[in-house]
Amino acid sequence: MKIFKNTFFALLAMIGVFASGLAQAADAAVSAVATASAVASASAVAPAAAPAEVPLNWHAIVMFVLFVAVTLVITYWAATRTKTASDFYAAGRGITGFQNGMAIAGDYMSAASFLGIAALVYFNGFYGLLFSVGWLVGWPIILFLIAERLRNLGKFTYADVVSFRLKQGPVRTMAAISSLIVVIWYLIGQAVGAGQLLHTLVPQISYRESIVVVGALIITYVTFGGMKATTWVQIIKAGLLLGGATMMAIGVMAHENFSFAKLFNDAVAAHPKHLDIMKSVVPIGAKANPIESISLGLTLMFGTAGLPHILMRFFTVTDSKAARKSVLYGTCFIGFFYILTFIIGFGAIVLVANNPEYVADLTKSVLVLKGGGSMPAVYLSHALGGDFFLGFIAAVAFATILAVVSGLTLAGASALSHDIYANVIMKGTATEKQEVWMSKMMVIGLGVLAVILGIAFEKQNVAYIVALTFSIAACTNFPILVLSLFWRGLTTRGAVLGGYTGVFGSIGLLIIGPTVWTKVLAMGPAIFPYDFPTFVVLPTVLIVAYIASITDNSESAKKERAAFDAQMIRAETGLGAEVGASH
Amino acid sequence: MSELIASKIQSNPKYLQLVRQRDTLAWTLSAVVCVMYFGFTLMIAFAPDVLTQPIAADSVIPLGMLMGVGVILASCVLTGVYVYKANQTFDPIVSEIVREASK
Repeated sequence: MKIFKNTFFALLAMIGVFASGLAQAADAAVSAVATASAVASASAVAPAAAPAEVPLNWHAIVMFVLFVAVTLVITYWAATRTKTASDFYAAGRGITGFQNGMAIAGDYMSAASFLGIAALVYFNGFYGLLFSVGWLVGWPIILFLIAERLRNLGKFTYADVVSFRLKQGPVRTMAAISSLIVVIWYLIGQAVGAGQLLHTLVPQISYRESIVVVGALIITYVTFGGMKATTWVQIIKAGLLLGGATMMAIGVMAHENFSFAKLFNDAVAAHPKHLDIMKSVVPIGAKANPIESISLGLTLMFGTAGLPHILMRFFTVTDSKAARKSVLYGTCFIGFFYILTFIIGFGAIVLVANNPEYVADLTKSVLVLKGGGSMPAVYLSHALGGDFFLGFIAAVAFATILAVVSGLTLAGASALSHDIYANVIMKGTATEKQEVWMSKMMVIGLGVLAVILGIAFEKQNVAYIVALTFSIAACTNFPILVLSLFWRGLTTRGAVLGGYTGVFGSIGLLIIGPTVWTKVLAMGPAIFPYDFPTFVVLPTVLIVAYIASITDNSESAKKERAAFDAQMIRAETGLGAEVGASH
Repeated sequence: MSELIASKIQSNPKYLQLVRQRDTLAWTLSAVVCVMYFGFTLMIAFAPDVLTQPIAADSVIPLGMLMGVGVILASCVLTGVYVYKANQTFDPIVSEIVREASK
């Protein structure tokens, strides 16, 4: 513990050094601007010739630093209360339903869904709503079929539940591989997003520095504060994000005299595609493709219900009742938020498009913004509330990335330490202390890996990441979890073969699909013509798992089927479930 | 959980009733969400004109926008329905079953 405390302070010091570096950069920038203006006024000719110094975004930096300071204090508090494995992975199972609902919202509402949906609406209008709807409808399914049973059966990871009556080794290995692929790719997407965002908002910080800061903070939160710190970072972030998005939506509606009719009319008038933004159910300019639309729908809905970092949140609550409540709160927060992002996207069409302050080159396109495609929501905040509000929204977006990355890192580390190390390699003989130590090492490893990959993927096209992570979650984690909970006939062979079919089927079809084959690898026309492979892979997984299970007549398969009754009693009644902290 | 408690629970008619009731509700509500959402998705795929027609002659708002927001709101309401029903009906039965089994 003492070592950790010392390291904690060392890391704090590092962050302090970084902050003072920022302050120096700020001073340098200020003096550069001062010199530039002095030169300009002295020469009194062509002030436009003065170097275009980007002023330091003070508001954003002050709010970043404030958020970081608060979360570090929480991490310190959580570290003093994180002693057992259950503290580390599951916040001592003492989180209430409401808190977990907020944390679920904080874990799930990534920068991709905030900046991303707003940007989709900004460019395509109505089409953006399809993502909002798809990303929400997984939640009721999680509640009805998964949440309570997961809490009753599992300990720290969803693999606990799948391997409950099946063979630990092969099943956990499969579940951990699938979880890790999802987590690592999701991390890459978040790291690249963090680097670009922070660098765009505060150009004095380079892309690499941004990612290193994110990596250092995540490692600090998760190694020292475990799930407790992660949960509170997510709760605070959810509060900030919901508050910020609400203020933006109110600002937009106030500008439009609180009339949706006026908002949409103004947007149609302002957008270069005019009425097409209300008429297109695919990205504007793309060809309608019914199968792609259906596959996208399947992927978004069932992918949500199979994300390992989301499923992990259900082990933090006291009991199945709190698990259930937390989905209700989470669904309402997320649904409300998605409706807000829709208003924000249309508001950006009205207030940001056509505005020379934000648009890169009005003569080329009135939509393309300085700083890239994820900026509509950020500039909207500036249009509504000036530098101060921009700073606030920028800090919120940064907090969002930190919260999501923390959850992902912890989920990845638990797959490695709890599933692979403690249960597959050590076969359950590792002590709690060893397991938690291993987990912390894995957090550091994953944090460093995220930084390296984030830097390596800086210039890569990462557009396929949502398809990749959600497809694997929808085709592997979700169906195997549901089969293990509801189908007596599932055996180890069925779960493992079905699971690997989901992982490798998704990856294989994505590689030969249009985004990777044609755009990333430039290999010509795609062999598999769809971006989302779920409509092929999901049924295949179910068929493989079914056939591999029913043809399995081994003794162990018979035992696994017989063990279904005991599993079901525990799932339904909570008898024998991991006990939560009392309140 | 001992074998004895397990066998007691399994032969308790209340347990069988609980499982049947809860499974019926859970799968029915799941089906409602799926029908709603995949109905919406199938319209995107095969009848986009229905979704993109304006809600009124003088409005630019497409019908699909109301339906999409409707699906989001309905999802929230249905989770509420399940939680209400579980709190009111299922939790008391579960605690009864557990009490009877550990006697």
